[in-house]
Amino acid sequence: MKVLVSVKRVVDFNVKIRVRPDGSGVELANVKMSMNPFDEIAVEEAVRLKEQGKATEIVAVSIGPQQAGETIRTALAMGADRGLLVKTDAAVEPLAVAKILKGVIAQEQPDLVIMGKQAIDDDSNQTGQMLAALLGWPQGTFAFKVNVGEGAVDVTREVDGGLQTVGLKLPAIVTTDLRLNEPRYASLPNIMKAKKKPLDETSPEALGVDVAPRLKVLKTAEPGGRKAGVKVASVAELVSKLKTEAGVL
Amino acid sequence: MTTLLIAEHDNAHLKDATHKALSAAKALGAPVHVLVAGANARAAAEAAAKLDGVEKVLLADAPAYEHMLAEPTAALIVSLAGSYDALVAPSTSNGKNIMPRVAALLDVMQVSDITKVVSPDTFERPIYAGNAIQTVQATDPKKVITVRTAAFPAAGEGGLAAIENVNAAADPQVSSFKGEEIAKSDRPELTSARIIISGGRSLGSAENFKTYIEPIADKLGAAMGASRAAVDAGYAPNDWQVGQTGKVVAPDLYIAVGISGAIQHLAGMKDSKVIVAINKDEEAPIFQVADYGLVGDLFTILPELNSALSNPSA
Repeated sequence: MKVLVSVKRVVDFNVKIRVRPDGSGVELANVKMSMNPFDEIAVEEAVRLKEQGKATEIVAVSIGPQQAGETIRTALAMGADRGLLVKTDAAVEPLAVAKILKGVIAQEQPDLVIMGKQAIDDDSNQTGQMLAALLGWPQGTFAFKVNVGEGAVDVTREVDGGLQTVGLKLPAIVTTDLRLNEPRYASLPNIMKAKKKPLDETSPEALGVDVAPRLKVLKTAEPGGRKAGVKVASVAELVSKLKTEAGVL
Repeated sequence: MTTLLIAEHDNAHLKDATHKALSAAKALGAPVHVLVAGANARAAAEAAAKLDGVEKVLLADAPAYEHMLAEPTAALIVSLAGSYDALVAPSTSNGKNIMPRVAALLDVMQVSDITKVVSPDTFERPIYAGNAIQTVQATDPKKVITVRTAAFPAAGEGGLAAIENVNAAADPQVSSFKGEEIAKSDRPELTSARIIISGGRSLGSAENFKTYIEPIADKLGAAMGASRAAVDAGYAPNDWQVGQTGKVVAPDLYIAVGISGAIQHLAGMKDSKVIVAINKDEEAPIFQVADYGLVGDLFTILPELNSALSNPSA
């Protein structure tokens, strides 16, 4: 079984982002970038499937600038076999990402695609579902547990109120939630080995996808601030303030 | 110009998320129809018909929609989409699962998780865990929108809409429901509770959630929440997680116990009206957003709080 994983290069989750004063966006210059954490979970799940003998080959795809190649190298160091960079300097929206991945899938013919449920930059939570729609494949979103069988996969999903398990015919799309696994750190020998693994390049144009945005970003602003309040000295003072001052008890 | 709102329900009851998303749907300025897709879901449709500002309720009642699986439900919505300019759903796990599938089938770029309707095609939405707010204009002829329910008030009752049955669409038959584990609780749901008390990893165990947090939640009629760290450690179930990738809440009172206040957690609760933080580390970032902070050991403070709440004169 061939598995495809998609990985996005995003601002590292530990970085406190800054909005540009002119409202034109978020400052990305000289900011630490990393693989989207949900995508790390996707790569880990694929590597575990390979270790269990269920997956035979893992292809890692990223869409972005030249530096997105480094994100692919990280996936290769974790255990993916090959990489494909769809190179573009444009900001690509989820719908266009889904169309690009559809084009890649037409060439690669994977049986299973594992992706993060959302990227922590635009927080859209759309691409996996959109890709499934464009391919006419089933989708197992927000995966908590993935159980690959013969021609089918059971996905236990994190849903409001608990867990839900769905059975999907393969080929299928799975998007990862936080508790699916704990991604490994790549070892130094594996990082060295990853440098020798094949990494091909293509472009949205070569795949025939128009990446022109459909959403026009008019403005990016700081959220309304919240001021720190007061420290209270005791439980009695807290309860009294909640009753009389805040009026919430 | 008509808007179709996809109802969140459990077949027997309409969920509060529907009432809140309705406020956003109404703000688009067009008449609103509500789609109830379910199995034996007449009761939910009747509840939707009573909501103020609903012109018509569409009821698609078929076994395929019992669990609102994405593949058949998206096919149904697409079959109805021709008559509508905007398709709206709350950002519940169903809404997040189904709507992008609908959007892609219609070749529309979805606007996720809106927090404000600026005009019928322009919306505010949070990015980077709520650390920036984007104003976006959707240029596609049809709009597909999910609504952050914490940002909108619940629409009231007072309507008397007709219920119209609609035919099921062809089921793609690529997915099936296999089971679920849904926690049964008498407590309010996290996303609609007036008061929430959340615990962090400092609680130390699932038993301590029960011993220290639960009695206070019972007394206040509060929902219980948790930080990601507490959920990852197995102290609380995953559906309690408040944060960027968990639930986003805005109750009247949010009590954060032993939660340091990582930006991912703040993203899920900083719009609460009143925030109380209880933490032994006085430098914890949670105090920067808290209206009332109490520095100290939660294992001492929580029993005190519990008895103070029992004593009406306190």
